[in-house]
Amino acid sequence: MAKNDKNFSRRDFLKTSGIATGALIGGGIIGGLIGANTNQQDTASSPPGTPQESLGSPGGVRGLVFFKNNAEFEILNQATERIFPEDDLGPGAIGLGVGYFIDQQLSGSYGENSKEYMQPPFYEGGITQGYQSRLKRNEMFRQGIQLMQQEAQSRFNANFVDLEGEQMDEILTAFQEDEIQMKGTTSLFFFRLLRQATLEGAYADPIYGGNHNMEGWRMKNFPGHQTAYINEIDSEDFVDIEPQSLGMEH
Amino acid sequence: MVTTLDSVDVVTVGVGWTGGIIAAECAKEGLKVVGLERGRERGTEDFSIVHDEYRYAIRYELMQDLSKETITFRNNRQQRALPMRQLGSFLLGEGLGGSGTHWNGQTWRFLPYDFQIKTMTDEKYGANKLPAEYTIQDWGITYDELEPYFDRFEKTAGISGEDINPFWGQRSSPYPTPPMKKTPILQRFETATSNLGLSPFMLPSANLSEAYENPDGQQINACQYCGFCERFGCEYGAKTSPEITVVPAARETGNYEIKFNANVVEVMKEGDRVTGVRYYDTQTFEEFIQPANVVVLTSYVLNNAKLLMVSEIGQQYDPESGQGTLGKNYAYQILPGASGFFEEQMNTFMGAGALGMSVDDFNGDAFDHGDMDFIHGASLSMTQTGSRPILHNPIPPDTPSWGADFKRASIENYTRTLGVGGQGASMPHRENFMALDGTYKDIYGVPLLQLTYNFTDQDRALHSYITEKAAEIMQEMGAKTVVAGNPISDYDIVPYQTTHNTGGTIMGADPATSVVNNFLQHWDAENLFVVGAGNFAHNGGYNPTGTVGALAYRCAEGVIRYSREGGSLV
Ligand SMILES: Cc1cc2nc3c(=O)[nH]c(=O)nc-3n(C[C@H](O)[C@H](O)[C@H](O)COP(=O)(O)OP(=O)(O)OC[C@H]3O[C@@H](n4cnc5c(N)ncnc54)[C@H](O)[C@@H]3O)c2cc1C
Ligand code: SF4
Repeated sequence: MAKNDKNFSRRDFLKTSGIATGALIGGGIIGGLIGANTNQQDTASSPPGTPQESLGSPGGVRGLVFFKNNAEFEILNQATERIFPEDDLGPGAIGLGVGYFIDQQLSGSYGENSKEYMQPPFYEGGITQGYQSRLKRNEMFRQGIQLMQQEAQSRFNANFVDLEGEQMDEILTAFQEDEIQMKGTTSLFFFRLLRQATLEGAYADPIYGGNHNMEGWRMKNFPGHQTAYINEIDSEDFVDIEPQSLGMEH
Repeated sequence: MVTTLDSVDVVTVGVGWTGGIIAAECAKEGLKVVGLERGRERGTEDFSIVHDEYRYAIRYELMQDLSKETITFRNNRQQRALPMRQLGSFLLGEGLGGSGTHWNGQTWRFLPYDFQIKTMTDEKYGANKLPAEYTIQDWGITYDELEPYFDRFEKTAGISGEDINPFWGQRSSPYPTPPMKKTPILQRFETATSNLGLSPFMLPSANLSEAYENPDGQQINACQYCGFCERFGCEYGAKTSPEITVVPAARETGNYEIKFNANVVEVMKEGDRVTGVRYYDTQTFEEFIQPANVVVLTSYVLNNAKLLMVSEIGQQYDPESGQGTLGKNYAYQILPGASGFFEEQMNTFMGAGALGMSVDDFNGDAFDHGDMDFIHGASLSMTQTGSRPILHNPIPPDTPSWGADFKRASIENYTRTLGVGGQGASMPHRENFMALDGTYKDIYGVPLLQLTYNFTDQDRALHSYITEKAAEIMQEMGAKTVVAGNPISDYDIVPYQTTHNTGGTIMGADPATSVVNNFLQHWDAENLFVVGAGNFAHNGGYNPTGTVGALAYRCAEGVIRYSREGGSLV
């Protein structure tokens, strides 16, 4: 099967949604539009049991606390979706709300590096010496996202969000291969951060804004917060347990 | 302005396992003890919403705040040492209980071979088995001498285990509680290793198989196999930790006080005695001096060494000349192993931090090293600690690390992958050591500790030998694909490995080659004791804390005896 068939493709979505490209300026807005104005049931990313919610924005319009405009946020969404795409197993990063998770994390202690040693002097260092940048994580994300857009323009003369999946992958691969010049950090480092944050958003407890409706956990058969397995752990068979979030406790 | 407080009998720097054990034993004997802990008070009641992988396992809620203090690191002396700016390779503790709150609880006794490694290796293989730059030495104490203290620690902690391993030293009493559940996953390992002629046994665990009251009258509950154990606190009070055992035991005497948010920056010394410690209140930045008759450093391997260095107590080790003892013999851990991908789904998300089975057939000197270019070995275990979804994305080789294929493979294999893991011994090397950094400082203005460390040829040889054994076991377990661990090259401080740092303040029989004697009493200051895995002259093939606990009980006895009699204890 061609890679693209399994993946959510921006183009396909545009075709089926019938919404003009111009309206697609941000996940929050498009999500809201679709949820409110169209009955977009046919997008496979709608998690079962939540028919009103749609691609791009679980929960409808949600606010941004770090990103200052939807264009940046939408680039993040598309990049994370390429890393963790929707498929027949279930939603991808967009459907899981990974972008919102990352947005919130970037505005807090994660983005501000508040538990990291950030004192100068800064030197590049060897690979075995780890993070040596003076940039905070949220500065890296902002720069990385701008560069994705720049790469889209220079390689394809288009906005990142309007690229075909393979074109986005080409750009992400260039980041991963450390081919993109970044200031104060390397594109490989940024790529790893982005990949890791995507997985975190897919699988962290939904109290953090991602892992929408625990769909990340469901795909993986991880039951989340259970008080104990003392009665199940001897079982010879795999035990399928309905997941539970810390946020659902009575 | 510095405020000098009233003097006490004993002050400990840090309140983890070592600080807690010293406090309980000394306070029970009527000594007035103060524990200075840089972090905050915390306990079981704080862990009711702890099943949160992101907060605790990824963002390191319970661990050291590196914005205040870290270490610097380089692989060798030619490199520029740079700060460890975020946690990775090891996860340092902070707050009541130290790392004893978020540990797994795999609780071992080092082998008789470990304590006399130099003598026994020389006797069996000749004096040149390892090149001279491997600075292995005996510990100045034997297993038999330490046995009563192992016994004490295991009874305090209520360790769950079974004494059927033919390679262990003699035990004076059985494990306080029976082993944990032998789950279907562990049974696979048991069958496979038995088929291979090895001797499997249940891993000794501080997640207790049943409720237990320890000799101090402290209650430890039965483990519920909740799957959120290592990197988390236990909401059931079932993972033995300092804050549910030795700390309350010490407090109940009325002789113990813990001061939180108290960061010690110096051990005060006058002539050949220490007089107390200087610390900052981390909230107000006020400075205090806590005078004491005895100072015990219980601040973990790294800060125990750092505090001696900044206080200029003892002679700094110099790799050029081989002279000096402080900072010498830093060692770590080698992690050989193999993953197996299976057809069927297994309950990999269930587990407990120390739930496992092991074999010691390739550990210590259990096998002949005559034809090997390394000494020692590794324990090999199958543990079922509860795989959680952010950190567990196992993919077979040649799967891309992101995108559609990654997603499918990581989801598919999440419940279909097992690992056989070794904890390989780590031999000290002349070039692996700790010193003070000349550039970087902590927020109190004290230089950071500098680590110079790399894997050695001994490590690489041991790693590849044990990796093969792990792969054989995995094959026998019936995995459809077995993936042996990659060979090791340079030590990398980024990915998590283990919090089993050792050395730097090593114990021994001779002041020329060790920092403390076998009561963990400093050779240069008789009322100063230094205890922790820093005392290890090398690292063995197990987790350290069983041996650390034994040394802490030994140290407590030394402090009590010293407080009565004075003088050197050896
Ligand atoms: C995730 C994880 C899993 C582990 N699993 C196992 C296991 O299964 N088996 C095993 O044997 N070991 C395990 N360990 C290791 C084990 O936790 C440690 O060996 C043990 O807890 C060390 O005890 P300690 O008292 O020496 O130091 P710590 O527990 O680190 O306590 C030191 C205390 O001193 C305080 N301190 C440090 N510097 C200062 C200062 N300057 N002033 C004041 N206070 C200070 C710290 O805040 C800390 O509370 C694990 C560790 C980790 C992180
Ligand atoms: S696995 Fe057991 S010991 Fe560990 S946290 Fe859960 S209940 Fe406590």
